[in-house]
Amino acid sequence: MKTIRMTRNRGITLGLLLIAFLILAFLPQVTSGYVITLLIDILKFAILTVAWVVFSGPSGYMSLATAAFYGLGFYIAAVFSGTFPFPVLVIMAGAVAFVVALGVGALTLRLRGVYFAIFTFALVLLVQNVVLEIERVVTETRGRFVDTVSTEGVYYAIFIVFVLTMLTAVLIRRSRYGLALQSIGEYEEAAAHSGINVVRTKVLTFAVSAIFMGMAGAVIATRRTYIDPYIAFNLNTSFLPVLMAMFGGMTNLAGPVIGAALFTYIGEILLTRFPDLYMLIFGVVLILAILFMPNGVLGLAQRVWRKIRGGRRAPA
Amino acid sequence: MNAFRDIFLTGLLLGGIFALVSVGLSLQYGVARVLNVAHGEFIMVGAFITFWMLGSINLNPLVSLVITGPAVFIMGLILHKTLFRRLMDTSPSLDVFEGKSMLASFGLLYVVQNLARIIWGSDVEGYNFLNSTVTAAQIPLNRLVALGFVIVLGVAFYLFLARTRLGKAIRASAQSPTTAELMGVNIHNVLAICFGLGLGLAGIAGSLLSTLFAIQTSIGLGYTVIAMVVVVLGGLGSITGAMIGGVILGLVSSTVTFFQPSLTMIAYYVIFIVLLLSRPKGIMGK
Repeated sequence: MKTIRMTRNRGITLGLLLIAFLILAFLPQVTSGYVITLLIDILKFAILTVAWVVFSGPSGYMSLATAAFYGLGFYIAAVFSGTFPFPVLVIMAGAVAFVVALGVGALTLRLRGVYFAIFTFALVLLVQNVVLEIERVVTETRGRFVDTVSTEGVYYAIFIVFVLTMLTAVLIRRSRYGLALQSIGEYEEAAAHSGINVVRTKVLTFAVSAIFMGMAGAVIATRRTYIDPYIAFNLNTSFLPVLMAMFGGMTNLAGPVIGAALFTYIGEILLTRFPDLYMLIFGVVLILAILFMPNGVLGLAQRVWRKIRGGRRAPA
Repeated sequence: MNAFRDIFLTGLLLGGIFALVSVGLSLQYGVARVLNVAHGEFIMVGAFITFWMLGSINLNPLVSLVITGPAVFIMGLILHKTLFRRLMDTSPSLDVFEGKSMLASFGLLYVVQNLARIIWGSDVEGYNFLNSTVTAAQIPLNRLVALGFVIVLGVAFYLFLARTRLGKAIRASAQSPTTAELMGVNIHNVLAICFGLGLGLAGIAGSLLSTLFAIQTSIGLGYTVIAMVVVVLGGLGSITGAMIGGVILGLVSSTVTFFQPSLTMIAYYVIFIVLLLSRPKGIMGK
């Protein structure tokens, strides 16, 4: 009985995913302009949020380094803009982010709790200032120009990166690494004693999650004609994915995507309706979301759903 | 030799200011366990209240400390009683609370900064106050006054923690909240007072800073970063550590500025990261 329902549920989920995939894949043929621009933004944040959740969700290590890897992607795209074709740039950005994250991870992942968060927070600012200084000394400029790519091209690029991110996230969750990461988050010493290579698991998943942050950065950089270290290494890029993940809920991978979509959309509405009060309202929404939705929108929806279905099933 | 003396004195004076900026953050994290990313915003609020009162009723900036300190203290009390208290009650563990309160304070950063921008605009403001220089080293008088205030505040604060009943309760709560509560300490009040005191110190620091530097509604994050570096340098939660850390960072800053000013920020972060990696507990950490 239970298995039949499981397979039927899985079938429905897969069908829905396929429909969503097809709609997203063929959308640029149907519409253009605002919808596509909004979707690029949503997909960008969905990538960053899911990539963040892959590592920080199960392990409990709150990384604020997202902006560092994302900004690196920006700079790869800017520095090699024109010398390499667009897809190569994106892959390069992913590779560079991976290598940097391996180094950073190997250095820092022995820090625990709030120290890890502070370290990654400072890392973004360090990279920002180092890039600023290098540009000042070497090129004697502050910013750089990036060759643009057509909106449709950017859309497909970010869509492909998004699909790759989701696939990787699902695979990691189902693999031994996902389970190992989960047990590290619950009790690191116990995980180490039960034979998990704690360091390798943490560093490797951290680095894999950085690949997609770097790739997203390289794609989005082509949306802007001009970038400088303050645009590339913006702390908002580090904090927003964390908030979006919390907003959506982290119990499964749909949560971060829903969180990123809703949050970006709300941000967009606020920005167009109240351009002056945008950031203020945004801050209030953030605080309220943290206060009143400990399990995110998805948690809230599940609670409501359970109420509607009544006492048919015992609460989990 | 003169250059050396100048570097040392400038560093010491700057260190005093850094210490003042950081002690509040140390108190907020050490006892109330809130790593307040919005700390610098309250420094900015203190600075602007002082600037505004100087402009409207011509109040001496050093007198307005008496107003900014308590005003920001009350803001902190209210914030803790409403926001962080609730977060604490709903968080399953201290780690979760630390993460959530840090994120909530990031939201707070947006709120405070943008409210300030709506009230005071986004222009750079400043005024001249006691900026004649004294002694052979050409030290501006206002820096000396600021350092004097830092020392007085530091001693007063030490006496408060060491000698009063509330100070004792605060120290007990920092060591073990649960045990302190069992001994009859009203833990929620103590935490709220600590958070408020931390913010109040930020407000006072803002008042003093406005006598030295130009102010703008966006200066907050820069001071938050300095405060974080200092606090990690001295040991999260240690008041003495924050004082020592502030002076060390001030000396480093004046040395690096002497040779290559554009490297100052990088020097902060390098020290910060090296220290976090080699001795995360900080100089005075337990």
